[in-house]
Amino acid sequence: MTDETETLTRTAPDSGAQVTLPVHTDLLRLATAGSVDDGKSTLVGRLLHDTKSVLADQLDAVHRASADRGMSTPDLSLLVDGLRAEREQGITIDVAYRYFATPKRTFVLADTPGHVQYTRNTVTGASTAQLAVLLVDARKGVLEQTRRHAAVLALLGVPRLVLAVNKIDMVDFDESVYTRISEEFTEHARALGYTDDAVVTIPVSALHGDNVVERSERTPWYSGPALLEHLETVPVAPDPHDAPFRMPVQYVIRPRTADHPDYRGYAGQISAGVVAEGDEVVVLPAGARSRVSKVDTPDGSVARAAAGRSVTVLLEDDLDISRGDILATAETTPRVTDELDATVCWLAEKPLQPGTRVLVKHGARTVQAMLTELSARFDEQELSHVDTPDALQLNEIGRIRLRTAEPLPVDDYADDKRTGSFLLIDPSEGTTLGAGLVGTPLGPLASAVAQ
Amino acid sequence: MTIDTPTDRLAELSGEAALSEIPPQADNLDALESEAIHIFREVAGEFDRPVILFSGGKDSTVLVHLALKAFRPAPVPFPLLHVDTGHNFDEVLQFRDDLVARHNLRLVVARVQDYIDDGRLTERPDGTRNPLQTTPLLDAIGDNRFDAVFGGGRRDEERARAKERIFSLRNAFGQWDPRRQRPELWNLYNGKHRAGEHMRVFPLSNWTELDVWRYIQREKIELSHLYYAHRREVYSRDGMWLTAGPWGGPAEGEPVEEKIVRYRTIGDGSCTGAVESEAYTVDDVIAEVAASRLTERGATRADDRMSEAAMEDRKREGYF
Repeated sequence: MTDETETLTRTAPDSGAQVTLPVHTDLLRLATAGSVDDGKSTLVGRLLHDTKSVLADQLDAVHRASADRGMSTPDLSLLVDGLRAEREQGITIDVAYRYFATPKRTFVLADTPGHVQYTRNTVTGASTAQLAVLLVDARKGVLEQTRRHAAVLALLGVPRLVLAVNKIDMVDFDESVYTRISEEFTEHARALGYTDDAVVTIPVSALHGDNVVERSERTPWYSGPALLEHLETVPVAPDPHDAPFRMPVQYVIRPRTADHPDYRGYAGQISAGVVAEGDEVVVLPAGARSRVSKVDTPDGSVARAAAGRSVTVLLEDDLDISRGDILATAETTPRVTDELDATVCWLAEKPLQPGTRVLVKHGARTVQAMLTELSARFDEQELSHVDTPDALQLNEIGRIRLRTAEPLPVDDYADDKRTGSFLLIDPSEGTTLGAGLVGTPLGPLASAVAQ
Repeated sequence: MTIDTPTDRLAELSGEAALSEIPPQADNLDALESEAIHIFREVAGEFDRPVILFSGGKDSTVLVHLALKAFRPAPVPFPLLHVDTGHNFDEVLQFRDDLVARHNLRLVVARVQDYIDDGRLTERPDGTRNPLQTTPLLDAIGDNRFDAVFGGGRRDEERARAKERIFSLRNAFGQWDPRRQRPELWNLYNGKHRAGEHMRVFPLSNWTELDVWRYIQREKIELSHLYYAHRREVYSRDGMWLTAGPWGGPAEGEPVEEKIVRYRTIGDGSCTGAVESEAYTVDDVIAEVAASRLTERGATRADDRMSEAAMEDRKREGYF
């Protein structure tokens, strides 16, 4: 990834206008979170609008709908609240994904709702985010929901946070209000394990655009960047190329055609590290060893390939390998276990209790499992723990132990997000019940439990 | 369809001698391609009878290209399904048949016309057949026991699509329930479904229109030539340039003119309009899309202009 942005200028055939297209763009995946009425959809609408990512017909539709609702100015939240019920109730129900680009960067934004009962969507949005923007209303300050969201973001390992202190116009651009909120939040983030340089707070007015794309003259006391400026320049955590190689086998490719009678390739997306021809690998959970004879990509074979890339790996030896197995470097292997100590975000209406039977989807393997122990529930307000609760309710975070019907090769989530994460699935209905993280990814939770 | 080796492609881009190694994710297209291939392989591993919905349009053509890449050198382990409205452009049907023949694919066709002929469906007063596709689609899924249906939908297309998961569960009636969507975490997709239910799967969810075109350019993917500027007799209706066909033609007061046009989307001929354009090549189209002030659907799809929630309502009924 380069810091320099190359661009390509072309002439539009119809209008003759010069168009600058970014090439070799780097990508920032971000999520937004906040409480109800903090103005999240308005902020996202403002970002899309001011980066000219909203096209004329979409804007026309917003103007028409706003006028129909008797509003005097266009309601930019209508750009993102896509479902009928959302527009009727003026709330955001579900995660919406938005795509926008500036000459500096391409952005994938997961806009997640603020209602308590929809916190599970924040987990969804945050699981792949490299940065999260948390909103608070300057009049209300840091709320229970803000603390909960920050804890969830820390748990999932989102590397960077932005606190947008919104509606700063409603408190007359008062510096002391901003400072108080900023200090309170930074302290909470610190307790969750964030270093100060990973957290940035910005006073904004999503409605009027202050400090969203351009720095505002109405906050002369604020010397930091506008939100978009920060998003364009913040360093993006690279893919874990220097981590030990891991690849879950998704599919075995065996053409058995005249051209390829003996081809046997293991297809998957490299989840961490680099694989190269000649590397010694271990097939887990069985433990058999072999060497990589070839790394195929859809465009032909390559000498080596790195995390994030979908490839097909061929081995020197004929081994019994099927979907769900994990290929790993022989140097550092995942541990193979049928007793899983993990942290879980419970996302279902029905509570999680000891003895509950679930399916665990880890990598490309799904196995039966039973909850043998519920050792703690995490209180994300006080950053403390409750010992041996009876159950975990919707949106609660806890420490569990699972016994799996077959052994799984796992890493700690803190070391490898892919081989350290799993889904808990209802065996009869098939719904996703929870997000599992191997080990104790959240420092304070670990220390609280250890007390 | 031509596939360059990556080293050739890089050499072409940089104008230098072939490099021995691909820099990791030099371009977000590499990340999008790897994500889509991962999704194809997950479905092949978890479902018994997947199928690719194929319209002949650019998004479904890109889907086929990605499916070929995901399983190479083995053949694509599932067929294509085309819901033929009976109002298709001849060029598109020809393009479909050529593509199927060239890659030795299997094709299943569900025909709206059959349903109209035997009275199971009634022609709408406005002659538009896009909304009529839902019943033949759901019947084809049921009759063939398809349990996973790939679609080319992208989240940047429309507000309701922006809320849909990559693995989107449909009930026994093919309906989408936006309130009961499963959380989708990391890159772990939950493919569990009960008998009668099926999964719609959208490998291009995170692509934008511009990404699709840049990928078509990079991979040299052949598309129906309707996507490129050509001379055509058209008439204006509701601000769109429509063309006469089996679906009808100009009403009184709608003069026919000859224009240089291209299509930004390809669908039912009765409701898909052309735009005036001199974009003759993929490079021209990319410049045009980047400079456009209208979304592809807003510009050319009458069916999406019907109401604020037109797409959501159709998806709830089992549409793509």
